[in-house]
Amino acid sequence: MKKFGGKVLFLDRANINTDEIIPAKYLTEIDKEPLKQHLLEDLDLNNFDPTSINFEQYGAVVSRANFGCGSSREMAPWAFEVNGINVLIASNFARIFRENTFNCGMLAIELSEDTIDKIFQDFADKDDVLLDINLNDMTMKFSTTDLNYELEFSLTKFQHDLVKHGGWVKLAADKY
Amino acid sequence: MGKTIAQKIFDAHIIDDTYENAKIIKLDAVFAHEITTPPAIKDLETKGLDKVFDPNKIKVVIDHVTPSKDTRSAIQAKILRDWARRHKIKDFFDIGKNGVCHALFPEQGFVRPGYTIIMGDSHTCTHGAFGAFAFGVGTTALEVGILKGVVATSYPKSIKIVLKGQLENGVYAKDVILHIIHELTVNGATNRVIEFSGEVIDNFSMEERMTLTNMAIEAGATSGICAPDMKTVEYLWKYIKNDFNDKADALKEYSRWLPDADAKYEKEFEFDVSDWEPLITIKYSPDQSILAKDADIKIDQAYLGSCTNGRISDLRIAAGILKGQKIADHVRGILSPATPTVFKTALKEGLLEIFMDSGFVVTNPTCGACLGMSNGVLAPGEVAVSSTNRNFKGRMGKGGMVHLASPATVVASAIAGKIVDPRKYISSQEEGK
Repeated sequence: MKKFGGKVLFLDRANINTDEIIPAKYLTEIDKEPLKQHLLEDLDLNNFDPTSINFEQYGAVVSRANFGCGSSREMAPWAFEVNGINVLIASNFARIFRENTFNCGMLAIELSEDTIDKIFQDFADKDDVLLDINLNDMTMKFSTTDLNYELEFSLTKFQHDLVKHGGWVKLAADKY
Repeated sequence: MGKTIAQKIFDAHIIDDTYENAKIIKLDAVFAHEITTPPAIKDLETKGLDKVFDPNKIKVVIDHVTPSKDTRSAIQAKILRDWARRHKIKDFFDIGKNGVCHALFPEQGFVRPGYTIIMGDSHTCTHGAFGAFAFGVGTTALEVGILKGVVATSYPKSIKIVLKGQLENGVYAKDVILHIIHELTVNGATNRVIEFSGEVIDNFSMEERMTLTNMAIEAGATSGICAPDMKTVEYLWKYIKNDFNDKADALKEYSRWLPDADAKYEKEFEFDVSDWEPLITIKYSPDQSILAKDADIKIDQAYLGSCTNGRISDLRIAAGILKGQKIADHVRGILSPATPTVFKTALKEGLLEIFMDSGFVVTNPTCGACLGMSNGVLAPGEVAVSSTNRNFKGRMGKGGMVHLASPATVVASAIAGKIVDPRKYISSQEEGK
């Protein structure tokens, strides 16, 4: 199984929608790769300048409620995927976005609002936060030079199988 | 334990309940358009799985960018077109026959009460107006739907919204759904189906119900759904008349999908719409709205169209206000009738002439400006009032601002040159209706 996690990008706002993650004008792309340079291009967030960020250095995103709301475009998780970000953590996800993320074999992990609050308080102002995901015992570890802690998370069996098989097409082709 | 509409449909379609939180259900229809389908087609080809589960159950349209605007969109259209032909999908709608999917497919009679439907499009929830369980999915789920005719999703839980009272003249289905989204918030119905009922729904036409269910996704809902009734039967009658002795017979059959009296809902809301007023959205989220009468916002563009409000009843309301009027000099008025049938009907009824005389341009049916892909993109700093469904940042063009509103508010604002309450623009003949 592929490795999940890496350096964490914090996006401190609720209801970040798919138009902000990847604007519709790029949806005429058939391939995933051209989406890479347009990730979060229209994000409405104070002091956030996507052009000054090298997204490739990150492996995970932590955000707030209803992440990925709006359209059904799977190009939204793909835009993260082609930048090497394969773990998304929020207090909840929009249904289609969450399903899309697992369907292409990535992780969309929901933690309680209190836990998300604490993660933001403890880590959001640091720029060297690492996330390590252990899928076998369903734990994640946040760490910086001076602080680290481990949290448990849960996936449904279906989500776990999707990640294990590398996505829904392979799983369905085998099963149905 | 009683069941909701969505639960009854879901239970009738389950083919695998191995997983606790994701059931596999059989699909009655898979809809496809040229934006989200080509990557699925390409992936199936790459995997050596270029097959479809049933060409008669797949309905295909090129609608988002049509006619193609550049090489990329032309390639997308070509991939979809070649695929539909290769697999002998007879219900394929290309230029001359194409229109906005969620207006076109109901009009073509592709939706039935009790159906399960997916599409790679979040506004697939629209088809719930017919008592179907219809919801948007991404490209991968669409791909599996195309290949196997199944989808995996969690067991539906519903929120019940009962709408009572009488809408004031000048207040429309669009205002109702904007009010509801304002109440629920954009995360208020996430992972839930919204089941609409009450006298307001009973009185609504199928087109008004579609405006309502179309925007269920803007509250996060998986789908919006209305119980089938005689209006549903009447709308579908020309497509179903050979299946039933008479309309009462059809209604009786469809009544199996009505919710049980003891159905369990996660939440229930009852709203009296009688004092609701026209709304417009502000900022970049569809749950942020103010009364149209309190808005004093100058506009550059007025857009009428989309899967929310591009149907013939919307055009009739708008033309009733525009008749004999000119839109403000600084406003660009754009009308995109949602389907060729809507276009032709509007032509026959003289509505297009009214729009054109007032200063509107009439485009071919397309999703176009709604998501800033073609036909009416805003420049940075420009402002539109629009009958569409999303006001996200950059939605109609980078740096542009979109205020969502009813068709009446859109055209009244076009005349005024700024956002206004449409009620003082509605003529006395209209008030008599």
